[in-house]
Amino acid sequence: MSGVEYLRVTGLHAFYGESHILHGMDFSVNRGECVSLLGRNGAGRTTTLRAIMGLTGRRSGSVMVNGTETIRWPPHRIARLGLGYCPEERGIFASLSCEENLLMPPVVASGGMSLEEIYELFPNLKERRASQGTRMSGGEQQMLALARILRTGARLLLLDEISEGLAPVIVERLAQVITLLKSRGYTILLVEQNFHFAAPLADRMIVVEHGRTSLQIAQHELSEKREALQELLGV
Amino acid sequence: MTELFEVPLLALLGQLLLGLVNGSFYALLSLGLAVIFGMLNIINFAHGAFYMLGAFAAWMLLSTFGVGYFGALVLAPILVGSLGILVERLLLKRLYRLDPLYGLLLTFGLALILEGLFRDWFGVSGETYEVPEALEGAINLGFMVLPKYRVWVVGFSILVCLATWLIIEKTRLGSYLRAATENPQLTQAFGVNVPLMVMMTYGFGVGLAALAGVMAAPIFQVSPLMGSNLIIVVFAVVVIGGMGSILGAIVSGLSLGLVEGLAKVYWPEASATVVFVIMAIVLILRPAGLLGKEQ
Repeated sequence: MSGVEYLRVTGLHAFYGESHILHGMDFSVNRGECVSLLGRNGAGRTTTLRAIMGLTGRRSGSVMVNGTETIRWPPHRIARLGLGYCPEERGIFASLSCEENLLMPPVVASGGMSLEEIYELFPNLKERRASQGTRMSGGEQQMLALARILRTGARLLLLDEISEGLAPVIVERLAQVITLLKSRGYTILLVEQNFHFAAPLADRMIVVEHGRTSLQIAQHELSEKREALQELLGV
Repeated sequence: MTELFEVPLLALLGQLLLGLVNGSFYALLSLGLAVIFGMLNIINFAHGAFYMLGAFAAWMLLSTFGVGYFGALVLAPILVGSLGILVERLLLKRLYRLDPLYGLLLTFGLALILEGLFRDWFGVSGETYEVPEALEGAINLGFMVLPKYRVWVVGFSILVCLATWLIIEKTRLGSYLRAATENPQLTQAFGVNVPLMVMMTYGFGVGLAALAGVMAAPIFQVSPLMGSNLIIVVFAVVVIGGMGSILGAIVSGLSLGLVEGLAKVYWPEASATVVFVIMAIVLILRPAGLLGKEQ
């Protein structure tokens, strides 16, 4: 761990219309680290990622990306700081082909993967390059949603429930890809319901409860705190 | 003389050309409406007024500044499009979070204000705008005579429509546009300045209406009411083609112009209503329109 802070969230509140979802989230992610946000459904994990991207309604507090305060910025400026967002619903564009989906997100920084590298990583996408985005299988759509933010040069990846509803063999493949991304120095914030997927990947785990961060566990503390964690998550 | 179903072929071809000319205007106008509806989710009732403004801009550019037809073809869409951008920034922007009905009402009110102002300034009799010298006269094909200007209108309109379609379907900018039409939030989260694209899209759609207005100026009278006469048919065209469908707008615009032309030959009394009859049938059989996506 290089210890340089890449993302710092302080006292983050977020709203959808009148509903107050986040009640002061506090956490940080260091450069090259993989941090997982765990919690029950409705705890505010997805909203945390959306709030970092500026996609919620009103938000207050502080979101520092690489030392820059972004709380008042619109989403497109935040993205250009090098953030790549993979939403829970995957967000594959139906009116774009697979390859158009892959090429759609603008390059936000140099050093992104080339199309060849991406096709090497996800050979399925090459086969389906001409298919309409939403005609692809769930697994292929998830690969596509992940692949398209690797091309843009984003170094901080916000991944929301990428293992959800997928066959074990695909989940396994995704875990390999995350491991590869970690070895290449990507910084990853992972929202996961699937504890068994997240546990081996995450350097640190943060439990979210009622829109607040409640417990932080480093990888090496995992075995001793497992029980407390299971109680909190109800798994 | 050659006849087809008891109608002289020449009269038929003449009406078909007229139909195609009208169809070109339908296509340009419904294309702008489709692009705007796709991106802003607003039914732009001011579209006819912007078309009228385009024609008046051409007329004023000529009578006041001596700028000719081809200059107006470039300048009028830019001027009127800029006005559209101003309308988007100052008014429409505030309505995006509300029911689309508000956008419809606002643009309808805007159309009434613009038409009212021009009626007050210019009366309803209209101004004439001469066919530009380069496009005067006719081409004799042997079997029929084609007025050059009308051929130009049809050809140039189709070119503009095809170029727009190509940009939207085949370029990177177009992929941003399609993505933003489908999911503006996510597109913005990828770093695309969606609010800017929305603004430019409205300006572009309005500019297309103005372009149609410039091309219509030498054919019809330049009059404050020219837009409201046309726009109702254009809305029917958009519904038939499918709301928000680019190709649907172009294809149904041109073909309904032709159908109207045919109706004028075979059943003149029905020519003013045929488009609406087709609209009713399409709405019953395929409510999303011929090329629209079922939701």
